[in-house]
Amino acid sequence: MNYDLTAEQLMIRNMMRDFADGEVAPEADERDRNKEFPLEIMKKLGKLGMMGLPFEEEYGGAGADTISFAIAVEELSRVCASTGITYSAHISLGGAPLSLFGTKEQKREFLVPICEGTSLGAFGLTEPGAGSDAGGTITKGTRTENGWSITGSKCFITNASYAKFVALTAKTEMTGSSKEITAFIVPTDASGFEVISNYHKMGLHSSNTTELVLDHVEIAEDAVLGKIGEGFKQFLVTLDGGRIGIGAMAVGIAQGAYELALKYAKERMQFGRSLSKFQVIQHKLADMAMEIELARTYVYKAAWLKDQNRKYTTEASICKLYASEMAMRVCSQAVQIHGGWGYMHDYKVERMFRDCKLAEIGEGTSEIQRNIISREIGC
Amino acid sequence: MNILVCLKQTFDTEERITIENGVVVEDGAVFVINPYDEYAVEEGIKLKEEHGGEVTILTVGPERVEASMRKALAMGADKGVWINTEDFDGDLDEHSIAKIIKATIEEQELEFDIILAGAMAVDDGSAQVGPRLAELLNIPHISTITKITVDGGNVVVEKDVEGDMEVIESKLPLLVTAQQGLNEPRYPSLQGIMKAKKKPLEEVEIDDLDIEEEEIEAKTKVLEIYLPPKKDAGKILQGELADQVTELVQLLKSEAKVI
Repeated sequence: MNYDLTAEQLMIRNMMRDFADGEVAPEADERDRNKEFPLEIMKKLGKLGMMGLPFEEEYGGAGADTISFAIAVEELSRVCASTGITYSAHISLGGAPLSLFGTKEQKREFLVPICEGTSLGAFGLTEPGAGSDAGGTITKGTRTENGWSITGSKCFITNASYAKFVALTAKTEMTGSSKEITAFIVPTDASGFEVISNYHKMGLHSSNTTELVLDHVEIAEDAVLGKIGEGFKQFLVTLDGGRIGIGAMAVGIAQGAYELALKYAKERMQFGRSLSKFQVIQHKLADMAMEIELARTYVYKAAWLKDQNRKYTTEASICKLYASEMAMRVCSQAVQIHGGWGYMHDYKVERMFRDCKLAEIGEGTSEIQRNIISREIGC
Repeated sequence: MNILVCLKQTFDTEERITIENGVVVEDGAVFVINPYDEYAVEEGIKLKEEHGGEVTILTVGPERVEASMRKALAMGADKGVWINTEDFDGDLDEHSIAKIIKATIEEQELEFDIILAGAMAVDDGSAQVGPRLAELLNIPHISTITKITVDGGNVVVEKDVEGDMEVIESKLPLLVTAQQGLNEPRYPSLQGIMKAKKKPLEEVEIDDLDIEEEEIEAKTKVLEIYLPPKKDAGKILQGELADQVTELVQLLKSEAKVI
């Protein structure tokens, strides 16, 4: 057993912390107010080789491990959760299915621009009537003479406005089963494909969340990602990895909110002493520090299992569930410690509080995580 | 172009520093590349990118310095020579370090066109090792530079002189020390980080060097180390300007005792 990060992981953490403080934090409030996508930051991450972090070197990736991925997401989210989720979705939802299930040709064509950062990664699973219940999928892939025709719509899709192509699921019914789902790689500039970015969200204002509308979009035979009929199974595997990203994002947001609350508690004077001298505030901060530490350790455990090529479905669910609910508690207390100022935008914790809620919902709600865990423990 | 960069690891002065029994407590302290040396590393890599060649990092220190050397390698330096002082018992001061570096350059047969160092280290702030090394090697040096242009064997340097600027021409080989403003050190790229472990890092013991122990004996002794005194809140004088001036002069005499 060894709890130390490796030299590379430490260096990645230090580098990403410097990068987050120097390049991501300064405009984070402004981007949140203006709903401005962090495109320049993504370009800079591309130049640093971060956009292909875990992928094969022959396609431009860096071959780094999942713990390093979690560290990167955490450090970005500590100062700007919108940047954190943009990066996390790019890697774990955009790039990962291509890397896991793509053919060599598909990887050359689609994974290389992901690693370069010239196309952001996006993944289309959720539909207005189908989230974790993928059986409700309506988007349909029909055989044509030269390939496939896709019609339907997807909702809440991260990054698609900045993606040149999206991997998405559609019902195919080739084997006669109504449950048969297949994944396709669809170029976003294909005729009949519309990407709409029009949501008014609670938080994560500078991340890109879109609707995809596909009206008889014609794609080639070789646009199938993985195997016909295995789309759902593939995306379950993808989501396991994505949950480590959301867990890391939650830890990052909580860490950022906790640091601000600790700083404020030391500075703010009331009744002749700083807030941090009141035991009631001390205990809040102690609980925050403890919970963050536990969540981070568990995120690393899930990531480590994945890196060992071991089964990690339960652990990914536990890390995502615990970290996201922990982060909500921490952000709520961080606002509370700030009092009236905490409710104001300038003190940042209100942004973190809003951003954080997504972690309990995206990539499987807390309720779905509990379903997964109870299934895995044999209920 | 052969470029040597002297790199010292220091504790991060922005993190909490604790002193016990007259020494900085290392346990829990955060160690970083001395910020001025980071400018030197960046400039070395930039010179290599412009003129070709190789950047070698030279560091004297205990085992923990490897992390800082690897960071410089991740940024783009090519190799490192580490003079391990983990088991060295004596005191080392600026004079000792300069002699050790000179002996290492000779022992390792390191060729150089230019040597870069930080203007000073943020821990002891002595600003001596660079100039001392240049003297020992019998080459010219220019300290606190904010810009350098190399053209063939000619060098033009802008030097910070207490807020003013001097332009100096010189020739290679040369030693320069980096002042803030010289450049903005890059973030190491992920590929750089992944490659850093595989880059050569030569370890040298002081015993391996052609140098007598008496020669590197410290010539100075640190008598005391203490944290800066806590700053009390300032005093804002009230009333008419003339009265304030009188009061200020009075306070400078009686309270601050500086006039």
